[in-house]
Parts: sequence; structure tokens; C-alpha cells
Amino acid sequence: MTAERPPILDVRDLRVHFPVREGFLGRPNGWVKAVDGISFAIRRGETLGLVGESGCGKTTAGRAILRLIKPTGGTVTFDGADLAALGRGKLRETRRKMQIVFQDPYGSLNPRMRVRDIVEEGLIVHRLGAAAVRRATVLEALASVGLAATALDRYPHEFSGGQRQRIAIARALALSPTFLVCDEPVSALDVSIQAQILNLLTEMREKHGLTYLFIAHDLAVVEHVSDRVAVMYLGRIVEEAPAGELYRRPLHPYTRALLSTVPAIGGPPRERNHLSGEAGSPLDPPSGCRFHPRCPIVRDICRTVEPRELNLDGHRVSCHAVEEESAR
Amino acid sequence: MNALLEVRGLKTYFFAESGVVKAADGVSFAIDRGRTLALVGESGCGKSVTALSILRLVEPPGRIVAGEILFEGRDLASIPEKELRCVRGDRIAMIFQEPMASLNPVYTVEGQIVEAIRVHRRVSRRAARSRAIDLLKRVGIPAAENRADEYPHRFSGGMLQRVMIAMALACEPAVLIADEPTTALDGTTQAQILDLLKELQEESGMAILLITHNLALVAEAAHEIAVMYAGKIVERSSVRELFEHPLHPYTHGLLGSIPRLGAPKGRTLPAITGTVPDPARYPAGCRFHPRCPAKEARCAVDEPLLEEARPDHTVGCLLVEGGVSPMEARG
Repeated sequence: MTAERPPILDVRDLRVHFPVREGFLGRPNGWVKAVDGISFAIRRGETLGLVGESGCGKTTAGRAILRLIKPTGGTVTFDGADLAALGRGKLRETRRKMQIVFQDPYGSLNPRMRVRDIVEEGLIVHRLGAAAVRRATVLEALASVGLAATALDRYPHEFSGGQRQRIAIARALALSPTFLVCDEPVSALDVSIQAQILNLLTEMREKHGLTYLFIAHDLAVVEHVSDRVAVMYLGRIVEEAPAGELYRRPLHPYTRALLSTVPAIGGPPRERNHLSGEAGSPLDPPSGCRFHPRCPIVRDICRTVEPRELNLDGHRVSCHAVEEESAR
Repeated sequence: MNALLEVRGLKTYFFAESGVVKAADGVSFAIDRGRTLALVGESGCGKSVTALSILRLVEPPGRIVAGEILFEGRDLASIPEKELRCVRGDRIAMIFQEPMASLNPVYTVEGQIVEAIRVHRRVSRRAARSRAIDLLKRVGIPAAENRADEYPHRFSGGMLQRVMIAMALACEPAVLIADEPTTALDGTTQAQILDLLKELQEESGMAILLITHNLALVAEAAHEIAVMYAGKIVERSSVRELFEHPLHPYTHGLLGSIPRLGAPKGRTLPAITGTVPDPARYPAGCRFHPRCPAKEARCAVDEPLLEEARPDHTVGCLLVEGGVSPMEARG
């Protein structure tokens, strides 16, 4: 079923390295490897959840896919076209179909613009329709996220966090995108508002046949919205599987530890699988498996040899221990 | 037995130009030694203002207009500022959400802990320094002797929160107020910090007032829970009781709207409709009624009082009858 649909987005070996300079104009004396060779594909209508802790590179990955940050290497193919190979005009056209909703609804809306201008801006940039048509599109977009026409002439500060996130979603939807990057869209919101926005995103996906890359650190939220989930650690994807499979049968020790830290509500406290220490630095990632300094089942080989990626019936994982186990 | 800290009828109002903002509007609760009470609610419900009021840290135009804060035989709401200063940071300590913003960036970590100790204790600088290092070790800072001389920017968020905890513990407080202590941290770090607080509590018997918006966090970190909405506590009980028998429709809504791991893949989360009311213009009657799925006509008129509906379980809802939530009665 899903397997036969072609991917709308195909990311291969994506890398984003930032130079670290001594002084303002100095030569780079190091590289922060924020995203260091990640690959995945998302099929039309599917939601891929990208989880990981702060600093793992998930946000950078999302932005590099949209070319809001120029990737250092790798390819991003959207709708069959290699984004790096597109000329300016063609890239702009493609970009209309790829939109993003940011985490912070306070920082991502210009405080000096009225809601109507915020939502209309993308339409103007992309030269979509005459003024009257644009106005109708803006109204329609606002209505679809549950905002009345009275919102049009108000400024962002007059809205609550949840309503601002609705405005940001309306801004994205106004351009009739096919693909949406949601970068922590609910983590700045209150619990009861979170649920409203998650429901709205799900509803919009169904209604407009959207495809999502859903970036978040909250595992329960990601499970709720995603068809498949990829787990990132220090610039790499360490595991990727269908959502149900990943949560029922996590293979990578990092995924297991992450899952064990989600508090259980009502039930007995979960036995926490404590991770010692902290994530290493992307400036100088650990040798071998990047997770090895914190891994509870670390072996000698993990310190020196980078694990290769296994594909166990669509469940991708990079871990020496798992490889040994599956070889048996 | 008397509670270690008891807040009675606390009202903290902000006198703004646009009107009076009743941030905390008649809040009462008590915490015993060795227990953790979680004050839970959404942003703007008044939970942080309540916490700040306990140490009288509310700044103008905010003011405590009524209520008592009983601690060790004194009413913190009315004792002179000078006397309160001996309580603040000593008998009652506080940690905040953003450790980076709460530490002074131009002093070393050790220097700041030493200062915290020497404000309240007459000890030599040397003794304070060795105590600071002991504390840093206790909260799990690796290589504490070396790292003590470093400045805050050299520490990660989780490590800084450990430093904040070390500083709060410097004078062995009887009560620790933790205002969203892990909100800025990652999941794995969050778990570490919560476990650390629990351990420290077991060792010292301190009481913890945990302020959070995260109900899931409370499930494992607290003994009792008080749910706040629009300046008032609407429900209070043990954590277990609350999760098993939520009575207030707001608590029901909060619990229902959290996505849970392993939950059946329902497409729609039961969200609470609408938004939190403006604290300068609370609705009449029950403040939750405009968003309440179970509301009746009288909810817009009569203000509910907190009443014991089940053993050790109080709730402020007109529609709770015979210990049954109106949400269950609706089916």
C-alpha cells in the first residue's frame, strides 16, 4: 500500500557542516558537523517523525531540506527534482510547495505586520493571483485553521500562543503546499492547546493530502502524529522504523533510553534506563559509534568502528550489538 | 500534625493600568516534611506567582493583598523584610526554569555558591569553598574540583540546573520551591534532574513545591497535586487518586489531551476547546465554564468552592455529585 507510493521527498547523505572560526575573518579551524550524513525518504501523504534531543541536528536537517541553510553535501530530491540542481526560478516555484511551521510562534511572526499581511506575504512573493484573489485565499486559509475574519487587521501580540501557531499554519497553507516541515510546532504551547494544534495539523493533512516532516523532542507527540519515526543522535540517524514498531520494539540503546525517560501517567513508574553523561559535541564527535560514551551495552568495537546501517524488514538501525544479535 | 508550610487564602494581584489582574486569587495548600506537592496548570494560571509570593518576590505593580503563609511559626506574608531575608535562600530555597538566566555570567560557579553560603552562615571562605565543592559533587557534576572554577557559560543546561540545585541546597533548606525546573531540559536530562531531587529529598527530608505545566512529569515526581486554573486551585489530592479519579472537567481535559506512549492510534486528541481566560477579566461563576463540556446554566452564576468529594480529594466544581465527576456522569 504505502510501499508502492513513490517518495515525494528523498534525502540522501545530507550533510551540514558549520565552520568554526577564530575571530571574525579567520580561517575555519574546525567544523561543527550538525548534520552528518542522514538519509531517508517520505512518501506522499506520509508523516515522518524526526526525534532527538537538543543539539542532535534535527532542526538543521529540516532547514537544510528546504534550503533555508545550504547543505554541505548530499542530495535532496523533491517531487523528482534535485533541489541543488534547480535554477533560481524553478527553485522558487518548488519552494512554494514546501512550507515550514516553526517552534516559536512569538519569534516567527513579524510583530509589526497585521495578520492579513503575514498570511498574504507568501502569495505576493510567489506572485500568486491578483489582489482580490489573494485576499480570498487569505480568508480561506485563516478560516481553515479556525480563525475568524476579525483576525485580519490585528497584530500578532493580540493573540495567544496557540492562536499564533494557527496563524503560522495558515501562512504555510495559503500557498497550497504539498509538503510541510513542522519544527517543534507544539512544544512552546500549553498542554490543552497542544492537543488543539496537533488535531489541526492532522486534519489539514487529511484534507489537503499533505506530507509532513514532523520534528520534535517529545516522543509521545511524535508517536501520535507519525507513520514512521527516525531517531537522531549527534548528526546521525541511529534508528528508523514504522512508529508502532519503533515504540514496541526499539533496537538502538539510545532509542530505548529515550523511551524509558517518558514519564508513565497513571501506571507504575517505569524503570529508567539512565544515560550517563551528556551528548557529545558535534564539533568533535566520539570515534566509532557516536553514542558509545553513554551506551549501557558498549563493547570494544563500538569505540573504534563506526556501525553500519542494518535494514531489518524496513527497520533501520546502526548498532554493533544489534548486528551481532541479528547475525546469530 | 502541623504542615511544614501552609498557604491560606493567598491573593496576589497586579494593579495594572488596564485593570486588576488577579494572578493568585485565594490559593490554599499545605506541604509536609519529606513530601512533594506539584502545583500544575497552564501558563497564566497563577502557579508561578503563587510560588514567588511565598518568598515575597513579587514585584510591583504586583502585591500580596490577602492571605497567610505559615512557616515555622511565622506568617511570611507579614513579617518584616529583614526577618524574611533570613528565611529566603536559607530555610526556603528556590530554583527557576532557566538556569542560564539565574546565574551571574561573570562569576565562577563556585564563587556563586560560596556567596550563597556566606550570606546565611558565618563560615570562612575556605570552609564555604569546600562545602561548595561537596555540593557540586553531590548533585553529580563530574570532576567537580576542576569545574568549580569555571564560568556558567561552560556548562550545559542540565549541568547548570545541577549547579542551581547545589546552590539552593547550600543552607540545607526545609522547603525547596522548584519552578519548572526541567522545562528547558531534554528528556534524558529531565529524568536525571528529577531523580536527583527525589534522592536529595529522601536524604534530607526537605519538602518540595514543584511548579509545572507538565502533568506527565508530576506522575512520577510528586506525592500530592494541586491543579490551578485562572488563579484558583480547582482540584487537589494525591497523585495516584487524581490520575485514577479525576473529578474536575478541567483535570479531565488536561489528562485527556496528553498524547501517551503506546496509546491506541486515535486520530483526534480530546482537546479542551477555547483558551485560558484573560486574568483581568475572569468569567463569572465557575471560571472554567466557558470551556467546560459539562457546563450547566448555574455554572455561569455560582462560584464553586473547594469541597471534599472523596477522601482526601477536594474539588471546586458544582457538578461533582457523590464523588462522581460530571464527565463520567455524561458517559
